[in-house]
This record gives sequence, structure tokens and C-alpha cells, in this order.
Amino acid sequence: MGEMMSKLSYYMEFPFVRYALIVGVLIALCSSLFGATLVLKRFSFIGDGLAHVAFGAMAIAAVLDITNEMTVVLPITIVCAVLLLRTGQNTIIKGDAAIAMISVGALGFGYLIMNLFSTSSNLTGDVCSTLFGSTSILTLTTKEVWLSVILSVVVVVFFIVYYNRIFSLTFDENFARATGMKVEWYNLLTAVVIAVIIVLAMNLVGSLLISALVIFPALSAMRIFQSYKSVILFSAGISVVCALLGMLISILAGTPVGSTIVAVDVAGFAICYIIGRARS
Amino acid sequence: MAQITCRDLTLGYDNEVILKGLDFTVNSGDYLCIVGENGSGKSTLMKTILGLTPPLGGEILWGEGLDVNAIGYLPQQTLVQRDFPASVREIVLSGCQNRPGFRAFYKPEDRRKADRNMERMGILDMAKRCYRDLSGGQQQRVLLARALCSAEKVLLLDEPVTGLDPKITQEMYELIQGLNEEGITIIMISHDVEEAVRYASHILHIGKHVFFGPREEYIQSDIGKYFLLQEGGASEWEK
Ligand SMILES: Nc1ncnc2c1ncn2[C@@H]1O[C@H](COP(=O)(O)OP(=O)(O)OP(=O)(O)O)[C@@H](O)[C@H]1O
Ligand SMILES: [Mg+2]
Repeated sequence: MGEMMSKLSYYMEFPFVRYALIVGVLIALCSSLFGATLVLKRFSFIGDGLAHVAFGAMAIAAVLDITNEMTVVLPITIVCAVLLLRTGQNTIIKGDAAIAMISVGALGFGYLIMNLFSTSSNLTGDVCSTLFGSTSILTLTTKEVWLSVILSVVVVVFFIVYYNRIFSLTFDENFARATGMKVEWYNLLTAVVIAVIIVLAMNLVGSLLISALVIFPALSAMRIFQSYKSVILFSAGISVVCALLGMLISILAGTPVGSTIVAVDVAGFAICYIIGRARS
Repeated sequence: MAQITCRDLTLGYDNEVILKGLDFTVNSGDYLCIVGENGSGKSTLMKTILGLTPPLGGEILWGEGLDVNAIGYLPQQTLVQRDFPASVREIVLSGCQNRPGFRAFYKPEDRRKADRNMERMGILDMAKRCYRDLSGGQQQRVLLARALCSAEKVLLLDEPVTGLDPKITQEMYELIQGLNEEGITIIMISHDVEEAVRYASHILHIGKHVFFGPREEYIQSDIGKYFLLQEGGASEWEK
């Protein structure tokens, strides 16, 4: 135990570890807030699709040799989020088919251009870290840290201000519309915010594992709690705790950050599931 | 006082006309029942009144001090999330968002209003319970309380008793009648013509033949007689 502590405090000396912890906690918080909405609106796939889009965008950024990747990835992902939401309302191509098309397309295309144009000597490593986020959280520049912090604050403020609207929108869209709410506008805003969260979360867990970060805390909370407010509060809490725990374990045990966090999330879900079962 | 006037209204979706030339007026305190066969456009009429579906022709005029925001609505199929973790109070409160201007949070008066309406519907004691764990009848009351929060003057109810057992159905009708006696204008779609005729002050029958008028006239009219007979309710009314 003492050895673990000293090892931990040794790592804490490094600013990049502290940055990683701060950003990781913020990302976990943001992604959990919209988890319930995504799960309940059957939008879980959108998160997944957007993550793949973000991967494709990342590949483009890498090939073009753009240092601040977020400036490319963020706009592309936001545009795709808006497009996906539009096709969801349009019945010509069914929502989930459109999402599958875009996500698989982006994934394949991204890998292809990385293969064709990349100058990097370690292509497999690059692809792997984009997909599974193995080390990117530890290599954040100060600029990226600040960008992450600002975006996280924007997401949290957005959520708090629109909390009641998001509730109505998730629970009963028709009623919300009938009471004069501009549903399309709020759906659009939500899609944009989700895109922001996805791009943020890519740093932490990589694009293949983002859905886990978004969905598990909400599902865990829904096992135990009966009201929207308590579900949101609990999923935010459990998400932050799991992310912190996962990051600490990965530092101590030398495991990949993203998959360790997801493993802890799964364990959290299992515990909540048992508690929920025991109660009823 | 006329609250809602429909003039030469044409209903439909895109370019497909369902019903043409609809004229009727709803006065404050009325209890209007809309009846008609499946697919005759009853729900469409309600959505058109609410502005969810644009009218293909004609106009809807609102009485003084009224607009779409003054209407409470209980949809036919509430496509609410089956496993949504929401407490009864949260759902009823969400009816209070129907105010002009943007407000991020509920005010104390909104909370009082929600409590009052839950009391009216007899669900105050389950305020903390989860919506998904309630019975169909209880859920319907929750949605009615929510509709009441969103408007105190006019309620639009689209088949509020579908799927409820006879006893709960009766209770529901009595609740609605009570609200009407408190001065709330009721516009209700019903499949049960017999019940509709029992409680309503006016009937709007849509379909191939359109009828609009007070209940008594409907009972005397050919279309009304035919429909009531079909439903097996006519004999009761003659007694
Ligand atoms: N969103 C829609 N787009 C196109 N057509 C529609 C739409 N909704 C309903 N319709 C059509 O409009 C017609 C009227 O539908 P509506 O739901 O108003 O009937 P209704 O009188 O409420 O029937 P019910 O008694 O079964 O509730 C039907 O033929 C239906 O197929
Ligand atoms: Mg209908």
C-alpha cells in the first residue's frame, strides 16, 4: 500500500499526469450528463457513429500535419452530428442505417488515407492510439488542456441551463412541441453538444470506447434510481469516480487508460445491477 | 365567449386532404366531444388546432387572451419512454414550461401549481414514485395533471380512456367532468359515442357526414341516431 502511494505521488510530480487527471474527470462528467438522454432516445448509436467520424477527421488532420487536431476534428464532427440528426427525422434513409453508413465509411476512409499518406513510421501505433486512446490523454499540450476545460465548462453550463427542457425533450417530444417548445432547435443544440463531448472523450478513451463512457454511467444509475434528477446526479458521480479509479489503476499497473476506465465502468454497472436486483 | 373558431378548415398531411370545409366554434366552458370512425381525422384535427400539423386551408381563430400556449394537451399515444426514470412530480412539473420567454428553472409558484394539480387528480401521495411503475390509469392521471399545469383554460384530450378498465374509465370521465364544472373548456376525442353523449355539451362528428351542434340536436339527428343505435346506446337514451 505504502509503495503504491509513493509510486502515485512520484507520478503526480509530473504536470502531464495532473493534466490528464483533471481533463479525464471533466470528460467523464460531461459524457455522463447526456448519457441518459442518448440511451433513452435510442441515440446510443449516434455517439458511436460520431466517434468513428471523429476518427476519420483525426486521420485527415494527421495526414495534413495539423498540430492542433481539435480545430479540424471538432467542426467536422459537429457537421456530421447535425446531418445525422436530420436524416433521423427523414424517412428516406432510416436513421440507424444512415448512422451505420457514415460511421463505417468514416472508419474505413480514415484508415485508408492514413495508410496512403501517413509519413509516420509507427502507423499501427497511431491507429491503435486513435481507436483506443492508449496514450493521448498523457500527451496533451497545455493548449489542449485549456480547450478541454473550456469546452467542458460550456457543456456543463448548457446542461444546467437547459436541464428542464432536456427533460421534456427526452420524456415526451410531442408534448414539448405542443406546448410551444422549439423541439428541432433543441435537438440541434443537443447534437452539437454531443459532438463536442465525443471529440473531448476521444482523448481519454479513443473513438471505439466512447460509447462505453457515455452509456454505462447512465445505465448504472437507471438500475437504482427512480427520478431523473437522481439518475443524472448519480451517473455524473459514478462516471467521475470510475474515470479517476481507472486512470489511477492504469498509472499504477501500466495498463492502457481507455480500456481500464471502461473496465471499471463495467464493474460499476455490475454492482449497480446487483443492488437494483436486491432492492426489487 | 368564443375561444376557438375553425372556419372552412381543411385537414390533411402534405397534399393529402382528409377532411374539407370544417366549421365549428368552441365557447368557454363548453364540453365538446369529437366522434367519428377510425382514420376519420380526429387526431389530425387536434394536432391542427395545436399547430403541430399545418392546416391545408381555412383558419383557426383564437378568442381574446388565448393562443396555443393556453392549451393543455393529452396525446392519444404518448410515445413516452417506457423505461424513463422520472418521478411523478418531475413529469407534472414539466407541464409548467408552457410560459412565454425563456426560464431555466421552475419558480415556487410552478411547484405549488404542480402540487395543486396532483391533488386534483388524486396522485399527490405518489409524487415521488417512478412513472414507469404506475398502472395505466395512474399514468393517465399523471399526464392529465401535466396537461393541467400547461394550461388552465382549455384541455384537449385525445381518447383519454383507451386501455383503462370500466371502473377507472368511469372515474376518469368523472374527473374530466369535474374539471369542466370548474370552468375549464374540454375538447375530447372519444370512441365511445354513448359516453360522449352522456357528458358532452356539444358534439362534433366527422367522417363522410359532418355534424356539429349541441348534444340534444345530435341525439335527434339522423347521423346521431344511426351511430347511437350502432353502439347500442340509443335505447338507453330514449328511456
Ligand atoms: N403523420 C401522418 N402523415 C400522413 N398521414 C397521416 C399521418 N397521421 C395520420 N395520417 C392519416 O390521416 C388519416 C387520419 O388519421 P387520424 O389519426 O387523424 O385519425 P383518427 O380519427 O384520430 O383515428 P383513430 O380513431 O384511429 O385515432 C388516416 O388515414 C391516417 O392514415
Ligand atoms: Mg386518433
